[in-house]
Amino acid sequence: MDWRQLWEICSAPDNVPIVGLIPLLAFYIYLAWRQAHANDQLIEQLEGDAALAKTHHRKTWPFKPGWQKEVHVWPFLLRIEFLAAIIVTIILMVWSITLNAPLEEPANPNLTMNPAKAPWYFLGLQEMLVYFDPWIAGVVMPTMIIIGLMVIPYIDTNPLGSGYYTWKQRKFSIGTFLFGFIILWIAMIIIGTFIRGPGWQWFWPGQTWDHNRLIYEVNRDLPDIFGITSNMAKALFGAVVVGGYYLLGGFLVYSLFRRYMGKDFKRMSLLQFGITQFLLLSMVALPLKMALRLLWHIKYVWITPWFNV
Amino acid sequence: MADENIPNGKNGKVGLVDRVKEDIQALKVDIPAKAKEQIEGLKDPTKTQVYTSIFRHKHDDTPRNRALGVLSNVFLHLHPAKINRDAVRYSYTWGMGGITFFLFIILTYTGVLLMFYYHPSKVQAFRDVLYLEHDVPFGKILRNMHRWAAHLMVIGVWLHMFRVFLTGSYKKPREFNWNIGVLLLVFTLLLSFTGYLLPDDQLGFWAVTVGTNMARATPLLGHEGPFGSMLGMTPYNDVRFGLLGGSIVDANALLRSYIWHCIGIPIVASILMIVHFWRVRKDGGISGPAPVMLEAEADKPRRGPKAAGE
Repeated sequence: MDWRQLWEICSAPDNVPIVGLIPLLAFYIYLAWRQAHANDQLIEQLEGDAALAKTHHRKTWPFKPGWQKEVHVWPFLLRIEFLAAIIVTIILMVWSITLNAPLEEPANPNLTMNPAKAPWYFLGLQEMLVYFDPWIAGVVMPTMIIIGLMVIPYIDTNPLGSGYYTWKQRKFSIGTFLFGFIILWIAMIIIGTFIRGPGWQWFWPGQTWDHNRLIYEVNRDLPDIFGITSNMAKALFGAVVVGGYYLLGGFLVYSLFRRYMGKDFKRMSLLQFGITQFLLLSMVALPLKMALRLLWHIKYVWITPWFNV
Repeated sequence: MADENIPNGKNGKVGLVDRVKEDIQALKVDIPAKAKEQIEGLKDPTKTQVYTSIFRHKHDDTPRNRALGVLSNVFLHLHPAKINRDAVRYSYTWGMGGITFFLFIILTYTGVLLMFYYHPSKVQAFRDVLYLEHDVPFGKILRNMHRWAAHLMVIGVWLHMFRVFLTGSYKKPREFNWNIGVLLLVFTLLLSFTGYLLPDDQLGFWAVTVGTNMARATPLLGHEGPFGSMLGMTPYNDVRFGLLGGSIVDANALLRSYIWHCIGIPIVASILMIVHFWRVRKDGGISGPAPVMLEAEADKPRRGPKAAGE
């Protein structure tokens, strides 16, 4: 166990935000979960008692008749904003006094940094470069993340859970978002920051970054395993595999939706459902491709003269 | 004539000396009176013309003045006068949107100060950062604050998006504002990324090299991307060349980075922020905490003609 190495990575000034982000995220997930749990209990109680549902206050916070429903922004909101501004300023001041912003040697195109890492918030994308060619990891994936986020309000047809924390009413959408945000985005950043060392090789936390380490790794392409040699056949084979993934996966999504989310499925138009299927399968394709690479050393699935997937 | 020697002056008019004497007499009465008046007035500065011209309402603690305090203030009037009593609950809102905006203000402020000491040229840039760190009074803390506020802003935007998602706040009628928010998220990352190159050190140089190398592989528009070479893309005319102003990260990339960082993206982001905040109000204020909705009510609108049974 190389504690010094671990300390060097964790205390590198630009890695401090991620070290801070982890407990911060844990805290906010806990905060959200606690409220979701309380709301879910209230919902369960009210669903079971139609008479109570008509009269009961629909929030977990107390409300008594005679209380004002609204409060003045001045002072009840502005004092919070004022306090938040002061607290953020103090945190920022203390942080700026105790920790200096990094400054390396002057830029030198002839001296490559090893590892050369993108800013921490893009390390998820850089980690994807291991599993996909740059045109997917660097261009298509970010575009799909942005478009995927933007279409969320238009494909989520579930009217429940608007304006309050809940888990039971929105299991699928919250589960999907947690998977995308925590597993695919944050965890990939953590891998890119703490695990990837020189040569972008995998170093467990506490393992010394050995700049001379060699890994004898033979990556194969999926068509090779099936003994396909001609370029034409490889291209066709890949198209069938990728197309098959989307077709079979699409069918699986359909049957899961029909069975477990019938109401949502009923509300969705064909376009809404098609986009949901496509985005969901593309999202799941990332960990699948990672597994293919990490467990079976498979580099490409689909090989054409113009692009590889 | 004898009259000319009369001190009262000629033609029966009062002479200069007497006028002065009379004025002095009057002064002894007038000025203390005015001074007294002035002191009395200072006891209540809220009645002065200067005060009332600035603050157009009284400060007594009445509901009307509480409302006016927000509505008649250009900086506060984005708020409504009143909000739902639960909407101020920090456990619901997390306050991350506001904190992100506050960090943007801090970054603008520290950023403008940094611009006084920084030349976006290959010869000067790195030296300017050294100068800031070692010679400029408070230069080091200025740069540190700018750096850490930028990181905090990225975290703040993420947590804000996380909260908005978990509370389903993107749902009707806030779909469009969620989209503005996604764009603001992208611009926040781009702001941070363009700033990364500016110290012109190894860290920024290689981070931006890695980042922009991906642009080579853009399908159709990058020289290493699928179908790029078929469309005549070379390192000297593809999308990466446009980003960097050259085929390598050099002086032009530094200048472009600087201009995007200090002028281009802040303007676009500010415009989007205006729309974002305005839409929060227009879409009915903050989304909640709303009363919980039951499964049976899912397909019935709560208000409007349908809910009334029409």
